[in-house]
Amino acid sequence: MSKNINVALIGNPNTGKSSVFNHLTGLNQKTGNYPGITVEKKQGLCRLPRGVKARILDLPGTYSLNASSLDENVVVELLLNKKDKDFPDVAVVVSDVENLKRNLLLFTQIKDLNIPTVLVINMSDRMRRKGISIDTHKMEQLLHTKVALVSARKNEGLDVVKEHIATYRTISTQPCTDIKQIDLNYFESLERTFPKQSLYKLWLVITQDVNFAKVERKKMEVENASHTRSPSFLKRLQQKETIKRYQYINSVLKDCYEKDSSKATDLRGRLDRVLTHKVWGFVIFFVILLTIFQALYDWSSVPMDFIDASFAQLSDWAKTSIPSWMAPNLIAEGIIPGLGGIVIFVPQIAMLFLFIAILEETGYMSRVVFIMDRVMRRFGLSGKSVIPLISGTACAIPAIMATRNIENWKERLVTILVTPFTTCSARLPVYLILISLIIPDERILGANLQGLVLMIFYLLGFAMALLAAFILHKILPQNQTSYFVVEMPNYRIPLLKNVLLTIVEKTKSFVLEAGKVILAISILLWVLASNGPGKTFKNAPQEVAKSVSISDANYDQKLSAYKLEHSYLGIIGKGIEPAIRPLGYDWKIGIAIVSSFAAREVFVGTLATIYNVGEDKEETIKERMAAETYSDGSPVFTLASGLSLMVFYAFAMQCMSTLAIVRKETNSWRWPTIQLFTMTIIAYVCALITFQYFSL
Amino acid sequence: MNLTLADLEVGETAVIDSFDVEQLPMKLVEMGCLPGNEVGLLQLAPNKDPLYLNISGSHLAIRRETASRIFIRKQGE
Repeated sequence: MSKNINVALIGNPNTGKSSVFNHLTGLNQKTGNYPGITVEKKQGLCRLPRGVKARILDLPGTYSLNASSLDENVVVELLLNKKDKDFPDVAVVVSDVENLKRNLLLFTQIKDLNIPTVLVINMSDRMRRKGISIDTHKMEQLLHTKVALVSARKNEGLDVVKEHIATYRTISTQPCTDIKQIDLNYFESLERTFPKQSLYKLWLVITQDVNFAKVERKKMEVENASHTRSPSFLKRLQQKETIKRYQYINSVLKDCYEKDSSKATDLRGRLDRVLTHKVWGFVIFFVILLTIFQALYDWSSVPMDFIDASFAQLSDWAKTSIPSWMAPNLIAEGIIPGLGGIVIFVPQIAMLFLFIAILEETGYMSRVVFIMDRVMRRFGLSGKSVIPLISGTACAIPAIMATRNIENWKERLVTILVTPFTTCSARLPVYLILISLIIPDERILGANLQGLVLMIFYLLGFAMALLAAFILHKILPQNQTSYFVVEMPNYRIPLLKNVLLTIVEKTKSFVLEAGKVILAISILLWVLASNGPGKTFKNAPQEVAKSVSISDANYDQKLSAYKLEHSYLGIIGKGIEPAIRPLGYDWKIGIAIVSSFAAREVFVGTLATIYNVGEDKEETIKERMAAETYSDGSPVFTLASGLSLMVFYAFAMQCMSTLAIVRKETNSWRWPTIQLFTMTIIAYVCALITFQYFSL
Repeated sequence: MNLTLADLEVGETAVIDSFDVEQLPMKLVEMGCLPGNEVGLLQLAPNKDPLYLNISGSHLAIRRETASRIFIRKQGE
C-alpha cells in the first residue's frame, strides 16, 4: 500500500471551497490549529478510485500568494516549505465559474511553484443562467493541467476531481508565466546570485512582508544587501507581475471561455438595490436581528424544559441507584447538575450558529459590512467589525479570530478589545434563567416580553461595545492609512450540508470545551461545599438540633443550609459578600460569580450544585432559585437583583479562553490584562447603579 | 480632467486610467483594479461611503478615500 496522497485545497474566498471539501471528505474531517497560531486547520480523508486515499488539507481562502493577512500567510508558508509534512503532492485550486478570470490569478501563481495543480471550476450549475460556455479540453491544453467542471450544489463532477487527484503524476508542472519577464535586470541578477533556487520562490520570500508586516520572515540567505530593495520598488514589481498574469489569463480565456451577457439574469442587482438601500437596508438588518433573537427564545423553550426535567430525574435516579463506592452524592449533586447546566443550552447555541451560518452562506453578511462601514468608522471600527460583533453573539473566540481580515491594525485591535462585550452564548444561560425568574411571561404588542428583554440585553452588549470602541478610538494613536476592500459575493441559497456540518462542529466543540471546565469546577465546588474546617462543620447535626427538633419537617433543609454556610465554599462566599452586597447578591451568588471568571456558563451549574448539596427533592434549578430567600423571608432573586446580575454578566470579562485568544492575537499580555480589569470594573459600577435604581 | 472613481455616479461606468500603486492595497490590484480595465459604480452606502463597484467583473466595496486615489476616464475620451 503506497502512502496517501497529500492534497492542498486552495482558492479565493466565496468560491465554494468548503462545499467541495465537505463533498470530498464527508464526515471524515477534523479541525485543529496550525502550531503556534490560531488559524483554523481543516483536514480530511478522501477515498479515490483504485483504493488510493488522499489526505485533503483545506487551506484558508486567499486571493493571491502575496499574503496580506495571517490566514493568507499560512498558505504561502506551506507552499514554500517542501519539508513540511503537509506539503502537497498536488494542489487543487477551486474557482468560481463567474469569477474565473480573477480566480485564475492564484492558479497561475501556484502553478509557477512547479506543483502539479488541478483546476476545479465550481458552480457550473450557474453557467447557463449566466450565458457562460467553456471549452474544457482547450483550457486543459492551454493551462497544461487537468480541469474539472463541478457543481458542489448538485454534487456533480466530483468524481472527475477524484480521478484527477489520483492521476496527479501525469499533470505537467510547467509554469504559466516566466517571472523574469517582469524586470529582466532585477531577476537576472537574482538568478546569478542564487543559481540553484527557483526564481518565483525567491521572489515570494523577498516580497512576503511587503503587504503583510506582522510576520517574522523566515530567514533565508536572500538577506543579501544587493537584493534588498525598497518596499515601493517591490510593490511596483508586484503590480507588473499582476498585469503580466492577467495578460496571460486573458490570452487563455479568449480561446476557451465565452460569456453571452444578454442571457445573464441580474438577480444580484435587484437584491442589492433593496438590501443595501439607505433606509430599507437598515430596516431589513434590524428585522433580521429581531427575528433571530425572538426565535432563540420562542423555539428553544420546549427542548430546554425537557432537558432541564430530564437532568433532574437523572440526578434523582443516580442518588438512589449508583452503588455507594462510586460516590453517588458527587455524581448526583455535583456532576449531573453541572453538566445539565451546559447541555440545556445546546438547542439555543445550535440555533444561533445556524442563523450565523445562513447569514454568511447567503452572502448577506457582506452587504451588512457595506452598509455599516460608515457608521462603524465613527466608532473607530470597520464595517468588517460587524462580522466579529455578530459572531460574538455565538462565541467571542471565533469572533476574535474573524477580525483577521481587518486590514488596519488599530481598527482590528479596537474590534478585538470590544468584541467580548457582545452577548455570547455563554451569557445566554445566565440571562435565560434570570429572565424567566424575574420577567413575567406576557405578550406586549404580540411580542414575547421575555424575548424583548433578552433582545434589550443583546442591544446593551452592542451599545457598550460601540461606546468602548469610541473611547478607545479617541485614546489610541492612529498608525497607518486604513485599507478596506470587501468582496461582495453572489447571493446563494445556503447548502444544507455546509450549514449542518458547521452547526454540528461548532456546537460540539463548544459543549466539549465548556463541558471540561464545568465538570472540573462542579467537582471542585462540590468538594468545597461538602467539607468544612473545624468543629462547626463536623458538629452540624447537633448545632441544628439546638434550634429545630429532628422530627421537624424543616430539619433536613435547615441542616443542609447550615452545612453549606460553614463549608469552605460558604466561608469563601461569606468573605466576598461585603463587596457584592451593594449589588444585591448574597454569598451564594458570590460563589457563582467567582467560579464564573473561568467561564460564564458555569453560573447556572454552580448555583445548581450549591443549591443541590444535601437536597433530596427532585426539583428543577429554576424552581430552586425562585424559592431561595434571605433569612428574613424576602426572595433573593428580585427584579432589582436579577437585572443587576444580568448587567454584571453583560459587561464583566469572565472567560479565560477569550483572554488566552486575545493574548495570542495581540501577541502581548497587555491587552487581555486591560480587558480583564476595565471590563470588570465597568460591570461592577453598572450593576451597582442598576440595583440601587431598581430597589428605590 | 482629473476625474477619480469617487466622482462616479451610481450606474455610471468608466475606464481606470492610472494610480500610484503605493497608495493602494495590493489586494485591490489583484482583484482587477488595473489601468485600462472597466469599472462601474453599482451602489453607494449611506453618506456615499463606501462604494460598491464592479471592477472588470469583480464585485467589491472600497472606501471613498481609496476611490479618490484612482484616476479614471470616461469611455470614448
